[in-house]
Amino acid sequence: MNQHKLTRIGMYVFLTFMSILSLFPFYWMLVSSTNTTTDINQGKITFGDQLWINITKLSEQVDLTLIFWNTSKIAILSTIFTLLVASMAGYGFEIYKSKNRDRVYGVLLLTMMIPFAALMIPLFTLMAKAQLLDTHLAVILPTIASVFIVFYFRQCTKAFPGELIDAARVDGVKEWKIYFYVYMPVMKTTYAAAFIIVFMASWNAFLWPLIVLQSADLKTINLVLSSLSSAYFPDFGVIMVGTVAATIPTLAVFFLMQKQFVAGMSGSVK
Amino acid sequence: MNTSNKLLNPRSSKKSFHRFYDINGWGFVLPAVALVAVFMIYPIISSLWMSLHSGRGIIVEFVGFGNVIRLFNDPVFIKALSNTFIFLLVQVPIMIFLSLMLSSCLNSPNLKYRSLFRLAIFLPCVTSLVAYSILFKSMFSFEGAANSFLMWIGLITDPIPWLSDPFWAKVTIIIAITWRWMGYNMIFFLSAMQNIDKSIYEAARIEGVSSIKQFFFITVPLLKPVILFTTVMSTIGTLQLFDEVMNITGGGPANETLTLSMYIYNLSFKFVPNFGYAATVSYVIVFFAAILALLQFRIAKDK
Repeated sequence: MNQHKLTRIGMYVFLTFMSILSLFPFYWMLVSSTNTTTDINQGKITFGDQLWINITKLSEQVDLTLIFWNTSKIAILSTIFTLLVASMAGYGFEIYKSKNRDRVYGVLLLTMMIPFAALMIPLFTLMAKAQLLDTHLAVILPTIASVFIVFYFRQCTKAFPGELIDAARVDGVKEWKIYFYVYMPVMKTTYAAAFIIVFMASWNAFLWPLIVLQSADLKTINLVLSSLSSAYFPDFGVIMVGTVAATIPTLAVFFLMQKQFVAGMSGSVK
Repeated sequence: MNTSNKLLNPRSSKKSFHRFYDINGWGFVLPAVALVAVFMIYPIISSLWMSLHSGRGIIVEFVGFGNVIRLFNDPVFIKALSNTFIFLLVQVPIMIFLSLMLSSCLNSPNLKYRSLFRLAIFLPCVTSLVAYSILFKSMFSFEGAANSFLMWIGLITDPIPWLSDPFWAKVTIIIAITWRWMGYNMIFFLSAMQNIDKSIYEAARIEGVSSIKQFFFITVPLLKPVILFTTVMSTIGTLQLFDEVMNITGGGPANETLTLSMYIYNLSFKFVPNFGYAATVSYVIVFFAAILALLQFRIAKDK
């Protein structure tokens, strides 16, 4: 019994310790956004009074509204088109089953194994040939080709009641209307989970936008933060304001849709 | 469903329904298939073609396997490859072990504040890779929070050169990645643990098996498939490590944290571009990722 109690205490100590380690960087981020860079570099972990000054300095260096507009525009357009294209494909592969389409699906699944590191150079030359370099379209287009989300939709469509489609066909509803007006509303939770996965990935994307976008007025928040912090003497107080601002949207999505978030994640192992 | 629909629509013959069904099927999958063909299949094939060429900028010549031979004589490539392997061989096991420990703690019965602990440990994986890299860069600066804390508790007397020493720079990267992905993997383990029969633990407790033994002899063996899955996924992820290294150390000091992805980036966009050679390096990642994927496929089949 005594040993049992001991392991229980050990467990709480371990969990508390790990929780503090996990949360500390968030605290650090908030604290640092209110301190001067000199204080940050000396490891000051209490709140300061520099927040407003840091915000002003940041907005002097970069056009924050424009950067956020760019980031949101790319994230939202990527998400909408990925959900549309991937859910159509998941629906098509599962509802209209055929041997040939399953072969194509098999090829698609194989491409999931291709690491992005291997695609970045040929994609770059492709975009150069198409004269799309330094445009938001070039950032969005390859994101839409997400086989993982197609796979996710197909898996979830397996649970979709086929009788609904039959009933709609008897009523003479056109096939694409069945997809829009019957399938989409029923699959709301799947769309929500996929939305979170794609939106997070797109908002947090770094390498591909870094390669494609060159003009300062097209850049996303991650690119701006990265270039600010790669200075020889990075102005951390100012940068921290930017990281807080970049983290708020993803935190908001997470807290608003926590249930679907976890469901989406564990759904991906099925 | 095919036959039932044919019956529902008596006017259409079997053949025309078949065509109607097929056209709709292709129609729905076409956008996705076309996009994947253009943005994944075509690039990966064209990159194979590129890897047979070499040259700077637009002047390229056919070199066949010349690039492959160059790989073996390129000290920077060897450095990047060995760094990448050090990262994944050290980081993945540590992270998987910690995630397993955490999830088995969180899964134990009558735990108080369960959802609070779970939320705290999961929260890091909501941050963007760039944002958290910057946080770690500032915390691990020479006089930063990490050193101040370690000196305050008396674990060290002199500050550790986290970012400027070859060894400690690697440690910093490993700590950072573990922080970001620990909670992510934990969720997979937690959802798998929900499927384990509680009576097994009940029986073990009655037999007087300690919690630590329960962890190693019941939880770990039963979770083997999920552990292998997450290990392979994490390994493929670490194989492509870029954002963290780029933003925390910039590959330095003296290429000591340079990874394959970062080397590819440097070859193509930082130095005078040599896309052919960069494509060859990228095929090294494809090669290892393919081996891992194959391994995963075998495991899935065994299941």
